[in-house]
Amino acid sequence: MNELRRLIIKGSVAAGTLGVAVGAGLLVPTSVLAAWPDKAFGEKKMDDAISTLLGSGGMTESAEINIKAPEIAENGAVVPVTVTATMAGVESITIAAPNNPSPLVASFDLADGAHGYASTRIKMGKSGDVVAVVKAGGKLYTAKKEVKVTIGGCGG
Amino acid sequence: MATIKIRAKEKDGVTTVKALMTHPMESGFRKDSTSGSMVPAHFIQEVMCEVGGKMVMNAHWSGGVSKNPYLSFKFDGGKGETLKLTWTDNMGKSDSVEEAIG
Repeated sequence: MNELRRLIIKGSVAAGTLGVAVGAGLLVPTSVLAAWPDKAFGEKKMDDAISTLLGSGGMTESAEINIKAPEIAENGAVVPVTVTATMAGVESITIAAPNNPSPLVASFDLADGAHGYASTRIKMGKSGDVVAVVKAGGKLYTAKKEVKVTIGGCGG
Repeated sequence: MATIKIRAKEKDGVTTVKALMTHPMESGFRKDSTSGSMVPAHFIQEVMCEVGGKMVMNAHWSGGVSKNPYLSFKFDGGKGETLKLTWTDNMGKSDSVEEAIG
């Protein structure tokens, strides 16, 4: 009797805090999939961000990943990046710019049937590498490409 | 106002999706030049694409993706089906669009 009462109180308190959190916008209701990984995106170092997001920092460099990005970007605010991975069983593609204040830029989870291909435009604070990390068959593969960002558009 | 422009084309059994979204994509690292205060972060966090109720692609983004973001991806099949693309930003706003794959 008394135990049941405890349980009900506990239950209602827990539900109450959750409700408040949702109401305050702390917990944005997302789909059934993993929520936005705020911890990984908040990391200041690329390696930390990737190991937080993908679980392991051990990566193999792979020639099967192709990054298409301009060698010289005249506008760092818009750098087109296309990542193509030709290995089998690609589960996700992650794009990072290690010199950005928040190095993790984007991560694409790909379901069965989706190709190892993702294209978007990213911001780059300064010249540096664009890093792609591909998860395929539970392993991590990586490739990088250097992009020079020229502010002012003198093309140098 | 619709914030998503989308094209989905099927060719030789592979569907290519290209989408453009209208969004400020503020990273939260930028200063307003007139007031000198930081512009609060406002960016799309999640973009999800479903075909026939099944997820094919789910992207998590930071404020490091350019303003008015562009996105392209490919998947097998999809002929004659309808694709649904949804984005959600860090302020809880969202928009979605449905497009027949042509």
